[in-house]
Amino acid sequence: MDEVKVLQVKQSVFAANDRQADQLRAQLKKKGIFLLNLMSSPGSGKTTTLKRTIEMLGGEFRIGVMEADIDSDVDARAIAVTGAKAIQLHTGGMCHLDAEMTRQGLEGLDADDVELAILENVGNLVCPAEFDTGAVKNAMILSVPEGHDKPLKYPLMFSVCDVVLVNKMDVMPYFDFDFDQCRAYVQMRNPNAVVIPICARTGEGMGPWIEWLRSQILAWRADDFATEKVEV
Amino acid sequence: MHELGIVFHIIRSVEEVGRANQVRHIRAVALELGEVSGVVEEYLQDCWKWAAARSAMLDGAQLKVRTIPARTVCEACGEVYPTVQYGRQCPACKSEQTHLVQGNEMMIQEIEVDPESEAVPAADE
Repeated sequence: MDEVKVLQVKQSVFAANDRQADQLRAQLKKKGIFLLNLMSSPGSGKTTTLKRTIEMLGGEFRIGVMEADIDSDVDARAIAVTGAKAIQLHTGGMCHLDAEMTRQGLEGLDADDVELAILENVGNLVCPAEFDTGAVKNAMILSVPEGHDKPLKYPLMFSVCDVVLVNKMDVMPYFDFDFDQCRAYVQMRNPNAVVIPICARTGEGMGPWIEWLRSQILAWRADDFATEKVEV
Repeated sequence: MHELGIVFHIIRSVEEVGRANQVRHIRAVALELGEVSGVVEEYLQDCWKWAAARSAMLDGAQLKVRTIPARTVCEACGEVYPTVQYGRQCPACKSEQTHLVQGNEMMIQEIEVDPESEAVPAADE
């Protein structure tokens, strides 16, 4: 019998992606582009929240948006109306974006003159959480009709988020949604996550979110050592 | 389709290792999969068969999966217990201050190279 040669790998499935994500972050740092990865379930209000965000921050930062979906360009069209640069990425059936797809998206967006790039990830609470996109910060939106127990059901998503926006606060009287309980569940999974109640449709509560995002962008620009750990 | 994305990442990494070692064809890939990694092995195998057939280096290669049992440790009393059976609450003291010690792995362990497919001797080693 012929001898089988075995190569030891001992590498996480995500190791190559994590490396590419670190490289992308370092490149973005050099170019001064802050990349935000926005995740949520389908229908939680990502696009509406983005439109409001562009309205409120568009005067301060040049914004570019990448809309990732399995199909259609309805989201990119909705964003283009705001005047922000927008591109639609089709994942070809894939349920998430990884670092390489994000890099290609940024290229397609021609992002070099963009200061704030926002990736609207595929609507899904499972897979996007597993793949580092190269973003500087991760945000997720949980909408009131989805229920306050989502942090218990999708723990990984909540543990990778820097900020959780609880959207559709205006419909709270019609649902059994306990905001304090929701915040407690998020903090059980991720003590560092900031939880901000908003209503993107009416604009209520958007101030603290905009303030958070602005402070993150400015802090990242000021910190010269944030991504220096990776050689490109 | 979550498993398909994971399979693509495994194939990309394995092909990279193969190229670095001047390998033409791989006959098997050994993977360690945690019990609570969120991956369904059956789906992973289906996606693997489909995707491996489209790679010259991996066509027909077997994916050997070893399952790692999930274990959680209680920060309050130190008990280590099976995660799938008891979840996040410690069965001994009922504390919810617990964390997973193993069981979410997705590790490519090793690659079995087809002996006949080895290319010209490697430059180094």
